[in-house]
Amino acid sequence: MNDQPDPARRPIDPALLRGLTQRRYSRRDMLRFAGYGVGSAGLAAFLAACGVKGSAPKASPTKPGASPSAIDFTKYYGDGKPAGTLNFANWEDYIDVDSKGNSPSLQAFTKQTGIKVNYKTVINDNDPFLAKIIPVLQAGQDTGYDLIVITNGGGIERMIALGFLTPLDHKFLPNWEANADPKTKNPNYDPGNVYTVAWQSGFTGIGYNSKVVKTPPTSFKDLLDPTYKGKVGMFANDQDLPCPALNAMGFDIDKSTSDQWKTAADAVSKARDDGIVRKFYDQSYIDALENGDIVLTQAWSGDIFIASAPKSFGGDGFPEMKFVFPQEGPIYWHDNMAIPLHAQHPVDAITYMNYVYDPKVAAEMADFIWYVTPVPGAQSVVLNDLKDPTVANSPLIFPSAQDLLQAKQYKVFKDSAEKDEWDSVWQPVYSS
Amino acid sequence: MGQRMATGVQLVGKPKARLGKRLAPYLLTLPGGLWLLLFFLIPILFMASVSLQTGSLEQGFQLTWHVGRYWEVLRQYHVQFVRSLIYGSVATGITLLVAYPVAYWIAFHGGKHKTTFLFLLLLPFFVSFVIRTLAWQFILADDGLVLGTLKRWHLLPHSFHVLATSAAVISGIAYNFLPFMALPLYVAIERIDRRVVEAAHDLYAGRSQVFTRVIFPLSVPGVFAGILLTFVPAVGDYVNASILGGTKTTMIGNIVQLEFLQNFHYPVAAALSFLLMAVLLIGIFLYAKVLGTRSIQEYV
Repeated sequence: MNDQPDPARRPIDPALLRGLTQRRYSRRDMLRFAGYGVGSAGLAAFLAACGVKGSAPKASPTKPGASPSAIDFTKYYGDGKPAGTLNFANWEDYIDVDSKGNSPSLQAFTKQTGIKVNYKTVINDNDPFLAKIIPVLQAGQDTGYDLIVITNGGGIERMIALGFLTPLDHKFLPNWEANADPKTKNPNYDPGNVYTVAWQSGFTGIGYNSKVVKTPPTSFKDLLDPTYKGKVGMFANDQDLPCPALNAMGFDIDKSTSDQWKTAADAVSKARDDGIVRKFYDQSYIDALENGDIVLTQAWSGDIFIASAPKSFGGDGFPEMKFVFPQEGPIYWHDNMAIPLHAQHPVDAITYMNYVYDPKVAAEMADFIWYVTPVPGAQSVVLNDLKDPTVANSPLIFPSAQDLLQAKQYKVFKDSAEKDEWDSVWQPVYSS
Repeated sequence: MGQRMATGVQLVGKPKARLGKRLAPYLLTLPGGLWLLLFFLIPILFMASVSLQTGSLEQGFQLTWHVGRYWEVLRQYHVQFVRSLIYGSVATGITLLVAYPVAYWIAFHGGKHKTTFLFLLLLPFFVSFVIRTLAWQFILADDGLVLGTLKRWHLLPHSFHVLATSAAVISGIAYNFLPFMALPLYVAIERIDRRVVEAAHDLYAGRSQVFTRVIFPLSVPGVFAGILLTFVPAVGDYVNASILGGTKTTMIGNIVQLEFLQNFHYPVAAALSFLLMAVLLIGIFLYAKVLGTRSIQEYV
């Protein structure tokens, strides 16, 4: 019992916490963000372009895929001394939090480096967040954030292609060099880690309610089966639905042809038209699963771990919720840290990137976040120092080499024409 | 001395006052006009220009007067377009059926507690739109408060569900826009001269005749305004469809959101918004023509 962590670790309603921790805007921010209130990023771009000009210099964006040796890093990092402030934009529930609502790892970072962190959970979804910052970057201005966390499979590739990220000077990243999981290094969406390093990773697999679903599902194809008609959930986005579907049908996600996309999309559409699929969900699938609206669904590993963990442990207390890696392999996705172009405090940001690759820090965070840490060395720290075998031994948090063997990556698109074609096949499936 | 100064002021003052008088209407409409210009006309022109641009987020968008886009988006999304118009119409019909008796009762039988009743009608709407819709999701969950109980008593088959259906989306819209219908109806019915009603009774009109031939016709301006205020936002709504809907319940608002925020196809989203606005405006003009513009002016 005493090796269980403090039960009061997640006592604060995340929504409340978000309210309390919203970024305080400076007057300049207010001017810049005024346009967003109308809910139109295009309008904001327009207003930003003709109205509010920032003082940040218009640096020419670095070409994507430029080799690190060709980059003049002094242009971005100056003398390499931190400014003492870090504006960090992250997702909800994505950092360690103590009973007072503070993050011990952030506090330790401030103590160690003297850098004050303004931690803001302002990212609810990749594209809508990017829709807010891209017009600002297009106007050549600072987004107000020095560090952002964006998922691969669209968002991070878009930022790289637009040239809106600051290249990383790897001389600041010795911890990453030493401790990062080789499987997260040199990813297909950012060869050579020129712009990004992983924050946390996760799996897209299958979640189910074992009280109702007696035979554990083994494949994405089980979601197309009429046994649980009307009680099946799937994802409504351009990666988490198409990639598992293609993968289950034996198609190579990256090399698949548009005919294969159509074959897979038709199979899913049929299940939808037969009433098997109840709904294509965003993050709300987890509530639907807990409510009993669905019993079998596509799921993200960390969500199911949180749902199944006892309340005393900080979970939602639904032990019947289970996650399976489909036999054809789960999709292994990555949330990445990146520094937007024109960021005011890039050295502080990259210092923090290096900091979280310390196994002790990574362990502290992994023990709270419950997604997959990019630092395998954290496992022994969680087990031996933090004494939390539940987390340390969970394949959802520290996957075995065997689990990762079958894992697939999100689709990387050659160009926007391919993406548009992909959307024209898949979008009618999930937004019917 | 004092008198001379006074007359002097008067002499100079008179033409000035005239000038002010002539300018007054313009000056008074200036804030409203600027407001319209800044927050309606300029954005709408900008949106029109975006809808005719081609390009991508990466390469930027150029104005190429690609008028064909309107036809393309209509072909691609006509299902969701028509669905939105149907959902909006049905939901507006439901709000009218629900709100009319309520408004009628409060106006005629509310007595001195009229304000209290009105306040009670509006009370739920002090809670945020999204939260209220999420509450319905919770209440109507398959094994939730209502359906779960009825299923345990074997009054409903186990597979029965309300959420993730068209009915859920339409009901959600009807619920959320109820005050937009109820308030104008109340105002219109409340204004009806009671002596007219008495006169109808004196002339041997039955209760139903009084309603159909006197009260309802006199409340038409309220009906007109209520339908207008409900239908327009109902058609463009996307919250109810995304929270209460399932498959094949996507509305045009969801598509605009998807194209704008997920796909970054600004021109497509702009063209869709423009089309929606055009359809609504044409609909409203036709509607006003049928019911007579006199009634709008009467109401306003």
